[in-house]
Amino acid sequence: MRSIWRTEKLPTRSLSRDIALVCAADAVVGASFGAITVGLGLPVWLPMLMSAVVFAGAAQFLFVGLVAAGGNPIAAVAAGLLVNARHVPFGFAVGDALGTGWLRRIAGSHLMVDETVAFALAQTGPARRHKAYWLCGTSLFLSWNAGVVLGTYGGRAVGDTDALGLDAAFPAVLLALVLPNLRLPRTRWAALAGTAVALATTPFLPAGLPVLLALAGVAAAGTGSAGAAAADPAPDDREGHPRSAMSSKDSR
Amino acid sequence: MSSGTQLLAATAVLGAGTYAFRLAGPVLRSRVTLPARAEHLLTVAVVVLLAALVATSALTQGHGFAGPARPAGVAVGALCAWRRAPFLVVVLAAAATTAVLRLLGAS
Repeated sequence: MRSIWRTEKLPTRSLSRDIALVCAADAVVGASFGAITVGLGLPVWLPMLMSAVVFAGAAQFLFVGLVAAGGNPIAAVAAGLLVNARHVPFGFAVGDALGTGWLRRIAGSHLMVDETVAFALAQTGPARRHKAYWLCGTSLFLSWNAGVVLGTYGGRAVGDTDALGLDAAFPAVLLALVLPNLRLPRTRWAALAGTAVALATTPFLPAGLPVLLALAGVAAAGTGSAGAAAADPAPDDREGHPRSAMSSKDSR
Repeated sequence: MSSGTQLLAATAVLGAGTYAFRLAGPVLRSRVTLPARAEHLLTVAVVVLLAALVATSALTQGHGFAGPARPAGVAVGALCAWRRAPFLVVVLAAAATTAVLRLLGAS
């Protein structure tokens, strides 16, 4: 049932190091969020409150961009919610990584962001998923909010994070974590189909919706033979098939 | 621009709505036992969502093309990941490539 989860065994130290790298990058992006928000003339408390309460970078940037441009705050909330709607399917898929009991679910749910989900997805077995989810979630929450506070008060010292290439780091992080799953042919086809839908609709639809529409790609994994659930073999062919998971042309 | 009260209310609603999205999955899935096929498809769905996030955040900015520097960096990161480079190398290579291209004048 869990055959799709990554089987590679990574030592805990490298997990902590990888998470620390992502936290450092996100702290700098958080600092830019604080600096940009205040620079746009919005109140000093807004970036800090928003980062603690919403804790979703893309929706936060979108929200402050819209209200700073004079947009209706209700429209900005709707836009932010649309961007964050992907957390519903995220929660269904990684819900077991939070652990059991109400306290873990209530606190753990707030830590659910793209990186937490991706780190949990990349682990083998329930115990490691649980550990990765909480370690990544709490570390990211602390570093993101610390970065926002520094940026809010540090202001101009933050500078342009694009010059550091950090906008390329976010997709690279997710790609590195999701890549082992893309070595499964049916999953790869679903991802390629979904990605094509998202890219094709991005020019026309509001932010967030194209990524949700990518879920149509799941049909590519769900249709076909009746026993589709068993169609993807266990991803233990990592050593045997040293080829690109990005390539859709392999001769399976 | 919006008043402080409006911004406060908007932040509260956005935070509450986002939290409801996050809580829905963990709470609902603890109440039902999903068949193996549904579990599998949920995992595929997350991989698809993350892949779409990778593609849209690598290639697009707003409703248009992000410019060459960012996709080039992500492509270098992808190449490193494909060659099974360590995570650290993947991420730093992607950021460094984009940063150097921008230093050279690419957008």
